[in-house]
Amino acid sequence: MTATATPPTIQPDGRVVAVAGEGAAPWRRGLTRRRVLWVVLIAATVGAYLGFRTGGAADSDDAAAFRFFTDVRNWVDENRDTSPLFLYGFNYLRLGVRLLVDAVQAGLYGLGFAGLVAAAGAVALVLAGWRTALVAVGGFLAFGFLGLWAESVDTLVLTTSAVLLAVVIGVPIGVLAARVNWVSAILRPVLDVMQIMPTFAYLAPMTLLFLIGEPAAVIATLIYAVPATIRITELGIREVSPTTVEAATALGSTSRQLLTKVRLPMARPTIVLAVNQTIMMALSMVVITALIDAPGLGQNIIRALERVNVGAAFDAGLAIVIMAVVLDRITTGAARRRPAAPARHQRPTAANGVERVGAGRRDRWRAAGGRNRWAVAAGTLVVVVVLAVLPISEDLPHFSFAVPVNELTGWIELHWYDGTEWVKNVVSAGLLDPLEGVLTSTPWWLFVLVVAGFGTMASGVRAAVIAALAAAGIAGLGLWQHAMQTLATVLVTIVLTMAVGIVLGVWSARHDWFAAGLRPVLDAAQTMPSFVYLLPALALFGASRFTAIVAGFVYAFPPVVRLVDRGLRDVPAAVVEAAVSAGSTPRQLLWKVQLPMARGGLLLAANQGIVMVLAMVVLGGLVGAGALGYDVVAGFSQREDFGKGLAAGFAIVLLGILLDRLTQGFHHAKGPR
Amino acid sequence: MTSTITVEHLWKVFGPKPERVVGTELADLPRAELRARTGCLAAVRDVSFAVEAGEVFVVMGLSGSGKSTLVRCLTRLIEPTSGEISIDGEAVRAMNARRLRDLRRHRVAMVFQHFGLLPHRSVLDNVAYGLEIQGLGRAERHRRAGEMLTLVGLDGHENQYPEQLSGGMQQRVGLARALAIDPAVLLFDEPFSALDPLIRRDMQTEVRRLHAEVGKTLVFITHDLAEALTLGDRIAVLRDGDVVQIGTPEDLVGAPADDYVADFVRDVPRSDVLTLRWIMRDPLDGETCEDQPLPATTVIRDAVPRILRAKLPVQVVDGDRPVGVVDADRLLPALISHHRQVPA
Repeated sequence: MTATATPPTIQPDGRVVAVAGEGAAPWRRGLTRRRVLWVVLIAATVGAYLGFRTGGAADSDDAAAFRFFTDVRNWVDENRDTSPLFLYGFNYLRLGVRLLVDAVQAGLYGLGFAGLVAAAGAVALVLAGWRTALVAVGGFLAFGFLGLWAESVDTLVLTTSAVLLAVVIGVPIGVLAARVNWVSAILRPVLDVMQIMPTFAYLAPMTLLFLIGEPAAVIATLIYAVPATIRITELGIREVSPTTVEAATALGSTSRQLLTKVRLPMARPTIVLAVNQTIMMALSMVVITALIDAPGLGQNIIRALERVNVGAAFDAGLAIVIMAVVLDRITTGAARRRPAAPARHQRPTAANGVERVGAGRRDRWRAAGGRNRWAVAAGTLVVVVVLAVLPISEDLPHFSFAVPVNELTGWIELHWYDGTEWVKNVVSAGLLDPLEGVLTSTPWWLFVLVVAGFGTMASGVRAAVIAALAAAGIAGLGLWQHAMQTLATVLVTIVLTMAVGIVLGVWSARHDWFAAGLRPVLDAAQTMPSFVYLLPALALFGASRFTAIVAGFVYAFPPVVRLVDRGLRDVPAAVVEAAVSAGSTPRQLLWKVQLPMARGGLLLAANQGIVMVLAMVVLGGLVGAGALGYDVVAGFSQREDFGKGLAAGFAIVLLGILLDRLTQGFHHAKGPR
Repeated sequence: MTSTITVEHLWKVFGPKPERVVGTELADLPRAELRARTGCLAAVRDVSFAVEAGEVFVVMGLSGSGKSTLVRCLTRLIEPTSGEISIDGEAVRAMNARRLRDLRRHRVAMVFQHFGLLPHRSVLDNVAYGLEIQGLGRAERHRRAGEMLTLVGLDGHENQYPEQLSGGMQQRVGLARALAIDPAVLLFDEPFSALDPLIRRDMQTEVRRLHAEVGKTLVFITHDLAEALTLGDRIAVLRDGDVVQIGTPEDLVGAPADDYVADFVRDVPRSDVLTLRWIMRDPLDGETCEDQPLPATTVIRDAVPRILRAKLPVQVVDGDRPVGVVDADRLLPALISHHRQVPA
């Protein structure tokens, strides 16, 4: 650790090697000791389980925690208009957000159908070029054609409001965190927890504080999305080249000049990326806030899911995907855009001739953008105003995919039934049931001990203590059985996800054509709000636990594939070259060089994947997965279940913290030493 | 004439509680031991030197020798641990933030190894940056920046962006940016190390030309001995934070202070650096010489044809005063004495 405390220096080579050599022997001894410890731990766990397993009694409907939460709710309901906390705090917050939402709503609705479509096109044109403008106009028209115009605009209103708040709050905090280390240190654990909280868990506390409706939805969305804004902004500012900052300092810049003339402009593309991520996360969350009565496309999906009407949900899902694609294209286009360069450009180095052609094309675009940007903006503004004034309504001929999709679903149910049932039953009976049986029959104290033990081995004492406390907390909430059922589903899903993800990731890293083919699929998958993934799973497998597994799998495998592919491709070319020239077969190269060196990436993928899977599995409560997710949903719909619902929300958060802490050591794993 | 820059007993120690090192017995420890005992790294150890106005002062050392830290201490980009620095007679370490900023804005400019250009600004606006933050108007700073680009030979590239230029051209932009504020002192931190050898030679020529044209005081950091010998009026050799020797290129090659410096200059062709002063001998009694004497400051290589063709020894003079003679016997060892560059 002393090495990191002082700036690096170059030691004569021999000495460095000698030090590494000395360190290697005790480390190897430590390795064998670790192996023994693992074996002892596993043996002890199995022994204790066999000795102490319980019958797995069902959770009570009247645990102390539920009663407590119900009491809290009753108190809040009684004192909402008298307690100063609400009178001068939360109620004003709600009012402020309500005003913002109303203003945005008035703005978007005020433009009218044609005006808003034109405005979307105009924004895309100015920020990202004419191709994206076409996509935007087409996408917004599609909302009308799908007969979902009002719902789409409502969703857009909530997303816009939440993103505005997230940017206004998140960017300054991100800049501050990048500049002031203790701010960053304090924020890090807070953001960590915010990011591993599954979307679902936010909702109940929001309704408690802000009632149901738009303000609660916007605030929940804000809390969900703002960590991304802060994190990426901080990263962008921190990534600014220290040489450039030093050069600007050496010329006598004040710290304000450094910020406004060097750091912010250089971090601009990253900050735009932060906005992009914020928008995507906000959209994903806004749809889910339909559960707490927020208007918009989410309502359509929830209504359809409740009736297991895949076709009806499909239209709304399609509209969400279209909105996600349009918003994503506009913001990524804006991120790619550079300040306009003038037309004159010649690269005098003949060696870069090839590059010059490409650069020249790009420059011409830039140049065109630079000269005409304002003219284009002014022109489109006129068009938007004219269209907004003209009385064009959204009465387009309607196209709905409900009937064909339902027919397709019916056909699948009819013809693929044997296949899908077989897969479902194999996974359910072969993996899920045994695991669930073991977990639910484990006494909670044993589980806490096991978490502490394995956590210490995998991620260190501190993380293990936190994970063990989270496990104990779940037990204290009185939802042990449900939590273990959810955990079983999560574990099965992550195993499937990692298995498929690694295979695809390895293929993708080894075959460029495969990677090229996969990339648009992964891109599209990552743009889609999580809610949408329930639809195909539901279409194939009906309402069951397995549906949640499929949805979680589909949701989590793209990032896993990405991280695996990245990890393998990041193995230095020189090392691969050396291994190949030593005569490795492709298989040896993979197993002996690439996979071991990509270990860090694989473990990170597991950590990321497990948190995503949890979020989706919980969401599966909507489509028959039961357990914690169902408890949360029930808490929204039935007043007497509120306490249990809120407790389930907390249990989900604790489960998230537990899983994240247990695998947290993976973050720091840097491949083999 | 007072020196432009004087540095006295300068220390820079990185690590926990660095001030406890200077002036105690810890200061005398070798680097590795100091590190083991305190966790501190002494990057610059008790360095003193003076740079005269208009001089090119080169600081040379291997990586990790503390030379980059040293040059950053001069304008307190890195805060020194102890010692005195004065520029134009003004104590730098006593300056408050505003005074220090003024120093950086008007009197001392720096050129960096990795350029440190602003990628979001055109070449012209990069060069004008220093003037912009001084509050100079747009037209005026663009005019001055344009002049600087002409000076470094980048006419016509004003509106390009740094990423569109080659490394050598980017460094010219960095040079123009430093020159734009018309500083009395230019600091170069390994400015050409990231460039190809051919481009590097061009840039060295460029620096020599600019030095002749604008007459600034230059402090030049490099790890490249050839570069140091080409550019430097005087060279300070740094090892592990210590100054091993300060002297002219001739001093280094002809009279290295210790084995370290000797090892460094082993491969330098002595005849390219040393002057006749280093090989002349006292005249024998009644010895007759060639009619035409050679000045003592003539580099050996340049004197080779004269001396080899001469039938008699050639007299060496300092001004009009005869100081010695040289002949072929004295010349030949100097021509072949440096270490063989290509193995036999």
